[in-house]
Amino acid sequence: MSSERNTDIEIRLLIEAIYLKYSYDFRNYSGASIKRRILHALRQFDCHTVSALQERVLHDPSMFMQLLQYLTIPVSEMFRDPGHFLALRQEVVPLLHTWPSIKVWIAGCSTGEEVYSMAILLREEGLLERTIIYATDINPHSLEKAKQGIYSMQSMREYAENYRLAGGRRDFAEYYTAAYGNAIMDSTLREQVTFADHSLATDSVFSETQLVSCRNVLIYFDKALQDRALGLFHESLCHRGFLVLGSKESIDFSAYGQRFEPWVRPERIYRKL
Amino acid sequence: MKGIRAVVIGASAGGVTALFKVLGGLPADMAVSVLCLLHLPHNRESHLADVLQRRLGRPVCEARDKQPVQPGAIYVAGPGYHLSVERDLTLSLSQEPPRHFSRPSIDYLFMSAADAYGESLLGILLTGANEDGAEGLAYIKNSGGRTIVQDPRDAQVALMPEAALALHRPDHILPLSGIEQLLATLEPSAC
Repeated sequence: MSSERNTDIEIRLLIEAIYLKYSYDFRNYSGASIKRRILHALRQFDCHTVSALQERVLHDPSMFMQLLQYLTIPVSEMFRDPGHFLALRQEVVPLLHTWPSIKVWIAGCSTGEEVYSMAILLREEGLLERTIIYATDINPHSLEKAKQGIYSMQSMREYAENYRLAGGRRDFAEYYTAAYGNAIMDSTLREQVTFADHSLATDSVFSETQLVSCRNVLIYFDKALQDRALGLFHESLCHRGFLVLGSKESIDFSAYGQRFEPWVRPERIYRKL
Repeated sequence: MKGIRAVVIGASAGGVTALFKVLGGLPADMAVSVLCLLHLPHNRESHLADVLQRRLGRPVCEARDKQPVQPGAIYVAGPGYHLSVERDLTLSLSQEPPRHFSRPSIDYLFMSAADAYGESLLGILLTGANEDGAEGLAYIKNSGGRTIVQDPRDAQVALMPEAALALHRPDHILPLSGIEQLLATLEPSAC
């Protein structure tokens, strides 16, 4: 029992050390999940205590980069929750057409699956050419992968089904070139995309946007950090701009619950009031 | 049973019937919060909360991210996401890789609940063909909480309770009827 208490103390110290040294702020991440990820990393790095891990992370920046890969969760798919993208097409795109130019912010874009899904959808709806997409994440390795746009063919086959269910109008294979078991995304899809390092925990708003997509990111934040992130989205969005979240996320328990209205509630699509 | 503020229940194969039976023992006016995690075969939408609610004749809801855990309420974990209890007694969802092929994982729910509730937690592991939950239940015990394992002879599939018994000695090893009776002794709410 007391060794468990020690672990909790050490985890707090590690997170504080990471913040002080590297300015990555995990202090308001949901505790249960971050604890599991740190303990998992501990085994991978063959450290016996979190304190031992902390020493290595403090004195070796490359070690921190490795740990960061465990602290962030790169779980993503293209057209994840197809019903969500179908709702975007049917209930949001017609309104996006009313703006002369569109800025979309994909916050916590991870390895890029959400970015390419959005770019494909906007292209098929004739909007991509007048759109700028900002794709941001805190993990530089994930951003690099997102820029490369290379995914395994095995996952692409699953995404093809998602794409179809999401109201896709073409053959999904038109959007990539297959080679050696991998698929390389059509590079013209990212001509309108700016990838950037941005933290919802420490950075501020950088642009006015018409649509913010932040899916399966807020679940890793505690309520205070969730409110901070929603505050950034609220500030960034133009009047009546759209906010879209992951299928199990909601703003119901947030301080910003009253500042957005549900647009397609089951698909977690909201509109700024 | 005195001093219990929350009950976590894990089950896999054969678990729906077992859950009905066990939850049926809960006092109508109870002070505890109950969190159930049943492994489901698919990542699809689950109707478990609706089914349980109709069968038990009392409110059961699917656990939502950042939802405060209320006394007297029954929650079930939805599919596709791990469910945890945070120290401030709110629920959180996450998508780390599956554990023992399971997401949601019973171990993760049990361990996080043990961190949140300590000695005022009761953990119950029922029938199942999977080792998920065994470590989590031992962790509850080590954190000062109480544990019950369904008697493997009574379980539709014995692997899950057997895996739990291989790791620690629970406070009770009981058939479903015994667990049901024990839950009936949980403290009613004060008001």
